[in-house]
Amino acid sequence: MSQPFRADGLGSVDRSRPIRFTFDDVAYQGYAGDTLASALLANGVHLVGRSYKYHRPRGILGAGAEEPNALVSLSRGLGRFTPNLRATQIELHEGLKASSQNRWPSLAFDIGAVNDLLSPLFAAGFYYKTFMGPDLFGKNWAWTHVYEPAIRRAAGLGIGPREPDPDRYQRTFAHCDVLVVGAGPAGLAAALAASASGARVVLCDENPGPGGSLLAESEATQIEGFGARDWLAKAVAKLRDAPNVRLMMRTQAFGYYAQNFVALNERLAEPDLIADPELPRERLWQMRAHEVVLATGAIERPLVFPDNDRPGVMLADSARRYLNQYGVKVGERIVIAAAHDGAYRAALDLRKAGVDVALIADLRPDAKGLLPEATRAVGVEIAAGAEILGVDGRLRVKAVRIGIDGKKRAIPCDALLMSGGWTPSVHLFSQSRGRLVFDEARQTFRPGASAQRERSAGACNATFDLEGALAEGDAAGRAAALGAGFAAPVARAYPVSGALPAAVSSPAAGGRGANAAAGRRSKAFVDFQNDVSSKDVNLAVQEGMRSIEHIKRYTTTGMATDQGKLSNMNALAIAAHALAKPLPEVGLTTFRPPYTPVTFGAFAGPARGEMFDPVRRTPIHDWAAANGAHFEDVSLWKRAWYFPRGRESIREAVARECLTTRKTVGLFDASTLGKIEVVGPDAAIFLERMYANAFRKLEVGRCRYGLMLSEAGFLIDDGVIARLKPDRFHVTTTTGGAPRVLAQMEDYLQTEFTDLKVWLTSTTEQWATIAVQGPSARDCVAPLIEGVDLANEAFPHMHVREARACGVPARLMRVSFTGELGYEINVPSHFGGAVWEAAWGEVEKRGGCAYGAESMHVMRAEKGFVIVGQETDGTVTLADLGLDWAIGKSKKDFVGKRSLDRPDMLAANRKQLVGLLTDDPAIVLEEGAQVTEGANPPTGSSALGHVTSSYPSAALGRSIALALVAAGRSRIGARLNVPMPRGAVQVTVTSPIFYDKAGARLNG
Amino acid sequence: MLLIACPYCGMERPEIEFAYGGEAHITRPADPGALADDEWANFLYFRSNPNGVIAERWRHVFGCGRFFNCLRDTASDRILAVYKAGEARPGLAADEAGG
Repeated sequence: MSQPFRADGLGSVDRSRPIRFTFDDVAYQGYAGDTLASALLANGVHLVGRSYKYHRPRGILGAGAEEPNALVSLSRGLGRFTPNLRATQIELHEGLKASSQNRWPSLAFDIGAVNDLLSPLFAAGFYYKTFMGPDLFGKNWAWTHVYEPAIRRAAGLGIGPREPDPDRYQRTFAHCDVLVVGAGPAGLAAALAASASGARVVLCDENPGPGGSLLAESEATQIEGFGARDWLAKAVAKLRDAPNVRLMMRTQAFGYYAQNFVALNERLAEPDLIADPELPRERLWQMRAHEVVLATGAIERPLVFPDNDRPGVMLADSARRYLNQYGVKVGERIVIAAAHDGAYRAALDLRKAGVDVALIADLRPDAKGLLPEATRAVGVEIAAGAEILGVDGRLRVKAVRIGIDGKKRAIPCDALLMSGGWTPSVHLFSQSRGRLVFDEARQTFRPGASAQRERSAGACNATFDLEGALAEGDAAGRAAALGAGFAAPVARAYPVSGALPAAVSSPAAGGRGANAAAGRRSKAFVDFQNDVSSKDVNLAVQEGMRSIEHIKRYTTTGMATDQGKLSNMNALAIAAHALAKPLPEVGLTTFRPPYTPVTFGAFAGPARGEMFDPVRRTPIHDWAAANGAHFEDVSLWKRAWYFPRGRESIREAVARECLTTRKTVGLFDASTLGKIEVVGPDAAIFLERMYANAFRKLEVGRCRYGLMLSEAGFLIDDGVIARLKPDRFHVTTTTGGAPRVLAQMEDYLQTEFTDLKVWLTSTTEQWATIAVQGPSARDCVAPLIEGVDLANEAFPHMHVREARACGVPARLMRVSFTGELGYEINVPSHFGGAVWEAAWGEVEKRGGCAYGAESMHVMRAEKGFVIVGQETDGTVTLADLGLDWAIGKSKKDFVGKRSLDRPDMLAANRKQLVGLLTDDPAIVLEEGAQVTEGANPPTGSSALGHVTSSYPSAALGRSIALALVAAGRSRIGARLNVPMPRGAVQVTVTSPIFYDKAGARLNG
Repeated sequence: MLLIACPYCGMERPEIEFAYGGEAHITRPADPGALADDEWANFLYFRSNPNGVIAERWRHVFGCGRFFNCLRDTASDRILAVYKAGEARPGLAADEAGG
C-alpha cells in the first residue's frame, strides 16, 4: 500500500515495520513509530472529523495534546471502546480500528452540517436566547421536552460505550526527590543534572518516547557535537542506567495540587495490553515530590482568519514535526500564514524536503531578520503585510485568498500552515497556584513567582531556543537537587550548532486585523473544539460581558478538554481589543486539571464491582446463605433480609416469619449491631454525659435503652447499654452507627472531658449476637446456657448476665426489639456460627423460624419502636418521638441538654411521632409520602409531615404506618390525607403503638 | 491531598488517614445551663471562617486516634503548624501569618 506523502530519508519511524490499520473502515498502512495522525497524513488524509456545533469538516491541526479536531473513537471489541481520543497521540499498532465522530451518515456527507447554514441561531449564548417557549404544557415545557433533547442529540462528540470496561486499572502512591515533567531538551537536562546529585528523580512525559521538540529537529542540529537524535539516545541511555532515575513514558502529569502533589496518568502501550490482557491499562500515580521541575514545552498559536478551520489548515511547527519526526509531508504545495518567525523555520525544512512552498503570507508589515532572509534566499516568495481573506475548499484546502497592497490574490495549494507564535504550557504551573506574568516582548504569559517548590525551564518558561532551554533545564535540575537536600553538581553547558535559530520575534497579537475581514457567512475560529469564532467573542463583549471568566462561560471558549491550549491567547486578544484594554489587564481564565482528559477507569482504579467497598459479613452469614436468605446492604454489612421458603414472595415470607415469631419463636442475627466497650473508674459518669439517660445509679447486671443526642439536642443514635461491672459497660449502637458514636465519644473524652479516666474499645467484630424472640424463647435458650437462672423474676426484662453458652463465654441479655419475650446471646465471633446452629436446633424443634431484617422492622413498627435514621433525620428530638421519659431529669448537664430548652425545641407545632391507619386496610402507604389536612392541598402549601415507616402487618391483619406529623399527638383520632398521584389516601391518626399496647408479652 | 504531620506520631501522613474536626479552641461551656439562648447558639453554630489562618482540629483516626490542632491558611491550603490538643495556639512568623 502506498503512502504517497512519505518523505524519503526523513523521520524516525521504522520503515522496516509496516503496520495495517483502518479509519472509518478504510484500510491504510503506516509504520511503527507513527501516530494515527501521522499515518493518515502519510496517506493524504486530512479530513478526520466534524466539529462540535456546526458539524464543519475538520482536519488535523496539531501534532500533540493540543489537537482540537482529530478526535476519534477506538474500538477493539468487548467493551474496549474509547471515544474522543486525539489522533495525534494514538500510537499506531497492528489492527488498530479508528472511526470519526459526530457525523451521519458519513464523514464526507454529514446531515448535521445544516447547522453551519443555520449558524446565526447558534451564536454565543444561544441556549439562553433562542429556545424560549412556547410553554404549552407548563413552564419551560418546550425547553424540557423539545429543544434540550434535540440539542443533546445533535451536539457532543463521541458516544460513550455501553458495555462494562473489561480492563484493569491501578492506583499507585509514590514519593521522589525531584519530579521532572516533560522529557524534551529542558527536562532531559534537568533530569541529568538532578540525577547526578544522587537525588531520586522521576522523569515523565506524555509521549511514547523522550525527546520532545528534539524529535522535530532536522538532521543538521547538533548538541555537544552529536546529531540531535544521537545526543538524545545517549542522554536517555544515561538516565536509564542510573539506578536513582525512573523514566515514565506515556505518562501525563495532569494535575498539580497542594504540597507538590502531582497526579500522573500512565498508559500502557496497546500492543502490550493485547499481548497480556492481565496488565493494567492505566495507572494513576499520586506522586509527592520534594521538588518539581516543569519542562512542559509550548504550543504554537493558531491565527484567526476566515475559514481557518478547513481540513488542510495546520500549525506550521506541527507540519515541521510531521516532516522531521515522522517523515510525512502534509501537502505538496503549501502556503504559510505567518505572524511570527517560527513559520520560516517550517518553510525552510519543508522546502529542503522538496515541498513546494508557494507563498509565505506574513501578516506583519515587514518580514526582516535572519529567518525571513534565509527563506527568501532559497527562492520562497514572501508577501509582507498580507491579509488572509478566506480559504477555499470544503473538505480540503484548495486555495487561499489573500489581500496584499489593496489587491486580492488566490493561491492554489493543498495545505495552509499558520504560525502565531508560541504559548508556553503554563497549565501545571498555574494549577500549582504560581503567579503568571505577561511578557510584552513575546506577547505571552509566562511563570512568575512560584507558590510551591517548583521551577519552570525551557519553552514553558518562554525560553524557546534550544541552547537556552538546555541551559535552563540544567540550572533547574541543579536547583531542584539542592532544594531536596543534595549537593548540586557543577553547571554544564550544552553547546548547540546547526539549528535554525528559534524565533523569538514578537508575534502580531491574536490576528486581530485578519478578523475584521470575516464576512457574514464566513467564520474565523478562536476555539476549534468548541466551535467558538471571533464573532462570538465580540458578541459576548457587545452584550455586556466584561470579565474574561464571563466571556469564557458565555462563549464556551477554552472550556472542556481544550483548557485554553490553543484558544486562550487569541480569545484574550480579541476580548482585550473589543474592551479597549491592555491584554494583561483582561487577564486569563483559570487553568483547571486535568491537562488532558483522564478516563474514569483511571480514577476508579480497582474500586469497582466487588472491590468498590469493603463488605462486612457476620459469623452467621454462611448459615443464612445456605438457608436461602436474601440479603440487603445496610452500611457495609450484608444483612439477611428474609428467608423465603419454596416460592414465597418477600411479603409472604415476612408475614410467616412475623406470625411464627409472635406465636412461638424466631431466631435473628443481630451481630451487625455496633458494640463499644466503655471501661474505667469514670465510665458511668462518662456515659451520663454522653447519653441523655442516667447511668450512675444503674445497677450491675441491668440494661438501659441509651439515647445519644448531638450537642444541638437531636437524637443521633440509640442502643441498649448493659452494666457488667461497676467500671465496665457493654454499649450497643445502631447497625453502621458504631464508628460515628465512637468518634463522638472519643472527641468528648479527648478534648472536653479530659478529667475522666475512661477507655473506649470497638468490639463490634468481637461479638456475634444471636437474638431469640417469642413466647418460646426461654425454652430455646435454656438448654444452651449454663450458670444463669432464667426464671422471669430471677432474670427479668432489661437485665444482663455473664454466662456460658454452649460452653463458651457469653453475655446474655434479656432484651426485646419485637415486644416478645426475648434474649440476645453475645458470644465471641468465632463461636457465633456454632452457637447459632445450636440455637437453631432448639428453635426448629419448637416450630420456630429464622427471621430477617425486614421482619425485625415490621415487628418493631408494630410496637412503635423507632429506628434512628428512619423515624429521625437529624432534626428530631426525644420529645418529638415521645421518648423524653428516658431523659435523666436530675442530671445537670449532658451532651445536647442545653439545646432542649431552645425556643424552637419547645414549639407547640413540632412534628411528633404518631401512627397512621388507612381507611382501606389493604393500602400500604409509601414511606416518605406527605401527610396533609385536605385531600387536595393547594399548590405551595406545606405538608403536616411525612410517613416514616409503613408495612403490611400480618399480626394485625392490616397495614400500619408511623409518621411525623405537626402537633401529631393532639391529632390522635383525626382524619388526615396522604395525597398520591392516583388520589389521596385517607388515614386516621393513632398512637404509634399498634400491638400489645400494655406490653404484657415482654414478661412471658 | 494534604500531607499532615501528626504531632503525636511525629511523622507526615496523607490526609486520608485523618478526619477533620472543625475549628479549634472552642471550649464547651462549663455550665451550659447558665448560658442565654444566643450565647448557646453562638457556641453551637458560629465559626470564624477566615480567609487566612485558622486553628482547626484534626484527628489521626486511622493512625494513633488522637485529636490535635493545626494552623492552616485557608487561602493557600498550607498547614503552618501542628500542635497537641490542650497546647496554646503557637505564634507565627509575620510572613506566614499574613496569609
